[in-house]
Amino acid sequence: MAEIKIREIDSKTITQTVKKLFIDANTNLGDDVVCSLQDAVGREESPLGKQVLEKIVENAQIARQEKMPICQDTGLAVVFVEIGQDVHITGGNLKDAVNEGVRQAYQEGFLRKSVCDPLTRKNTQDNTPAVIHTEIVAGDRIKIIAMPKGGGSENMSAAKMLTPAAGSEGIKKFVLETVENAGPNPCPPIMVGVGIGGSLEEACLLAKKALLRTPGEKSEDARLAQMEKELYENINNLGIGPGGLGGRITTLSVSMEMLPCHIASLPVAVNIQCHVARHKEIII
Amino acid sequence: MSKAANSPRRFDLPLTAQMISSLRAGDMVSLSGEVYTARDVAHRRLYEALSKGEKLPLDLKTATIFYAAPAPTPPGKIIGSVGPTTSYRMDAFTPALIEHGLKAMIGKGSRAPEVIEAIKKYGAVYFGAIGGIAALSAKRVAKAEIVAYEDLGPEAIRKLTIVDFPAIVINDAQGNDLYLSAREQWRIASK
Repeated sequence: MAEIKIREIDSKTITQTVKKLFIDANTNLGDDVVCSLQDAVGREESPLGKQVLEKIVENAQIARQEKMPICQDTGLAVVFVEIGQDVHITGGNLKDAVNEGVRQAYQEGFLRKSVCDPLTRKNTQDNTPAVIHTEIVAGDRIKIIAMPKGGGSENMSAAKMLTPAAGSEGIKKFVLETVENAGPNPCPPIMVGVGIGGSLEEACLLAKKALLRTPGEKSEDARLAQMEKELYENINNLGIGPGGLGGRITTLSVSMEMLPCHIASLPVAVNIQCHVARHKEIII
Repeated sequence: MSKAANSPRRFDLPLTAQMISSLRAGDMVSLSGEVYTARDVAHRRLYEALSKGEKLPLDLKTATIFYAAPAPTPPGKIIGSVGPTTSYRMDAFTPALIEHGLKAMIGKGSRAPEVIEAIKKYGAVYFGAIGGIAALSAKRVAKAEIVAYEDLGPEAIRKLTIVDFPAIVINDAQGNDLYLSAREQWRIASK
């Protein structure tokens, strides 16, 4: 029998990593997003829209220099954890370790605590619990992605169980309607993540994962790449523009992910991301 | 819209009825003076206090309400990052506040028809600020103090003294809506 080598990872390392990632994500907008916004400044035809985009780029620079949150809404803490199956976590469990990292980041990093009881609306005071998505993968490493997700854009997101008859036309119609209804609310220019297939919750998760892609990165599936292109054009034809004040640039990207689904169903989820598209990752 | 890139109109808060009636959707403004932050739960509390005839922690007739909840204040700063939150969540309470004297609101995003109607009927104004530029916006705040509902943490009502805070008129007292007109202006009919 082949020897299985188990790698031990201390839960404290996970906590420290999560803490670092959330502070970094909230103050240091990814270069890919900044580049996409800078590119948009050049392409925007509306003078007011251009001004809004310039302010957005300037704000990202100030936040980075002064280590201030880019946006006061420092988000619900969404965490993706890919755990190699040859890893053993020691000194505590994963969930507690992640939540402790979120707690420390939000308290020590002067990030806003934006989590509350859904009914009493009482704040949990430390931005926990995090929303944790775990996946067991091959190998002996742990990949952690921190994604602080703002409430304004999340509120404008939607999922729908379409019929198989609706097909790709139905999907495009639903995505466009969702963005049109959102209008100026989710802080455009937005990024649009679309999940197709699986079950209801799988479609939503795919939509969120689609938002982790670099703006403008096409799907490897030619059918999806085509839909992404059409939707990108049609969304930007809506005229909503930067800040919702009118213009050419309403979305920076449309990213689609897809999995097979039940013969009766066509689940579609649209996750809207504001221009403060924050996510940072580390592999331990 | 063509004048949008030009210099903004400067106003000291609170706005007078005359100032408000002169404002038009699309006007760029620069606001200085006191504003009160209030969002979801604070609005519910204000609304409930009004319904019970209780005294409010702010004078609606002179208050400018800023839909916002700042990030915590780091050492050496006046305030943490701060910017507008989406206004429609306050729409259920806003017509009542306007009816009781509220004249000016700062937020982002579209308002409900009932709010737009109340703005027109009572001569109020809704300003839009740019969302997601909160590190920059914090520089326009000269003073910040909690004045009510401290238990709400970030959602507490804070009195902020703003200086040359940039905003744009979205809904004016004439019933115009910049978000709708701007979108129509820039829309391209899709195939």
